Amino acid sequence: MTQNAEQARSATTASPGLLARAYQSDLFYSFIHSPTAIISAIVAIAIIIGAVFAPLIAPHDPFNLATLDLLDANLPPIWNPEGDARFLLGTDDQGRDLLSTIMYGSRISLLVGFASVLFSLIIGVSLGLISGYVGGRTDSIIMRIADVQLSFPAILIALLIDGIARGLLPRDLHDTLALYVLIFAIGISGWVQYARTVRGATMVERNKEYVQAARLIGIRPFTILRRHILPNVMGPVLVIATIHLAIAIITEATLSFLGVGIPPTTPSLGTLIRIGNSYLFSGEWWISIFPGVTLVLLALSVNLLGDWLRDALNPKLR
Amino acid sequence: MIGFISRRLVQSVFVMLAVGLIAFGMFRYVGDPINNMVGQDTTLEQRAALRKQLGLDDPFIVQYARFMGNAAQGDFGVSYRQRRPVSELIQSRMPATLELSFISALMALCLGIPMGIYTALRRNGVLSRAFMTISLIGISLPTFLIGILMILFFGVMLRWLPSFGRGEVVQLGWWSTGLLTRSGWQSLIMPAFTLALFQMTLIMRLVRAEMLEVLQTDFIKFARARGLTERMINFRHALKNTLVPVITITGLQLGAIIAFSIITETVFQWPGMGLLFIQSIGSVDIPVMAAYLLLIAFFFVIINLIVDLLYFVVDPRLRIQKT
Repeated sequence: MTQNAEQARSATTASPGLLARAYQSDLFYSFIHSPTAIISAIVAIAIIIGAVFAPLIAPHDPFNLATLDLLDANLPPIWNPEGDARFLLGTDDQGRDLLSTIMYGSRISLLVGFASVLFSLIIGVSLGLISGYVGGRTDSIIMRIADVQLSFPAILIALLIDGIARGLLPRDLHDTLALYVLIFAIGISGWVQYARTVRGATMVERNKEYVQAARLIGIRPFTILRRHILPNVMGPVLVIATIHLAIAIITEATLSFLGVGIPPTTPSLGTLIRIGNSYLFSGEWWISIFPGVTLVLLALSVNLLGDWLRDALNPKLR
Repeated sequence: MIGFISRRLVQSVFVMLAVGLIAFGMFRYVGDPINNMVGQDTTLEQRAALRKQLGLDDPFIVQYARFMGNAAQGDFGVSYRQRRPVSELIQSRMPATLELSFISALMALCLGIPMGIYTALRRNGVLSRAFMTISLIGISLPTFLIGILMILFFGVMLRWLPSFGRGEVVQLGWWSTGLLTRSGWQSLIMPAFTLALFQMTLIMRLVRAEMLEVLQTDFIKFARARGLTERMINFRHALKNTLVPVITITGLQLGAIIAFSIITETVFQWPGMGLLFIQSIGSVDIPVMAAYLLLIAFFFVIINLIVDLLYFVVDPRLRIQKT
């Protein structure tokens, strides 16, 4: 341990690189002393690697119709006597290898999760900054909208936006655009948390001397917000974003499960669970359960990482 | 107090008007209402006549006012998909949703509060650890997955409970109830528990956190110094002071239960409003969606008002202050 620390220190003196700085930081220290955080990070990273590199490491290509055989449909996992050695976790109703489909499905789930979190974050942080810095009527309008939206569960808002999008878009386009509609719907339903937190932090920062100094020397409000205030309010935003990622992934899965999300041709984890749900009664449990387990592991590990990050960044607990 | 309540009432009216605007906007501008009401063979003149008759050529404000007026009287138009009045559809589905929501809210409260108190008082007990673990699962597992696991376990493998539908229902006027038959109760257990689990863990964690905080305060130490019994301190003094935030969150969660029943109803094919809503999204049945939105908003507003009123009952300090 001491040797490592010394190595890190010598690395810093030689070249104060980003990696060495990260290595020396309190955050890293708190990370390697939290077994929960380490295990969660390993699980999350494993799923993310499996998803990102799915085209390279997945045993089958579930979207290549030429390799699919309906005779392989609904095969159980290999430890079941009826299992097939080619399909580790069995197959779904179209004869797609479940393991590969889960890997490709996590890809979509993660994509929707990250994209909608980013979308929420951009809207929420900008509105929060404006609201907190400008104040007055702008602030009260933005916060009233936030209040009204917050009184409804996010899932309801996402469902509604999805429903409206279905009405507005031509029917044949809907399946191809489902991914973007979903990102938009989940993104819109989640901005309030960011806006509220950033607004509060901005109102505190606004009156500090460095901001007043910046204002005095004539820096434009936009630049003050971006260069001076934004970096100082990003800590809590990071925590919200991590926990929101888990929520966004679950929301996507829920919408897809309800049949208003990702279509079954390119299934996400939620869509797979939905497909498997109709085979539950005939005993083919694996189609729902394996994607479900993946989803829970992903959400749980991201949630635990978020909890850890919140505690680690909280100066009161240090 | 009257000032506070009337201000809240005005606020609620504004919320309803805003939600109404969204609902109206959906109804009027998502797809053409005329196209959705008539068949392919209707001539242009007939369409124009119908448009005039329905008042779709009137100014925006007039149409919006008419829409809200009709909605206030329970008239939400005709469902595009089922060709029946929306109010009729909702009325036939409402009892199922309300019964489910009510029972699961009751379950969440009756299990969540005692569990919260217990885990706060016996922080290191084995049972407390078990409750905390269950609550972690309750928060991390998506609702629909809990439902599926329960169906798989109790419905398919053990065959103890029916896994879909409402069982036998008894008609009481327009209200159909499943609470009077054995099969109705059997069908209710799994959906109600699925719906309650998340709220239950939330209430439990909240009660626990609040209790732990209150138990640290000076007046509890003082009560202890006065030599009051543990039971007296815990329940008369500590519990009472944790109730305000618990009531707020529980109230808001009640509204959330009605909205979350969409998921539970889909998993268990429970014939309530949530299932109706999901089907209406799938088939872009805008009048049903708009009506559901308004109805949920109405429930939320009413629940919020009741919660505000409850503050005055629970917290005597508020009755003295003129806010």
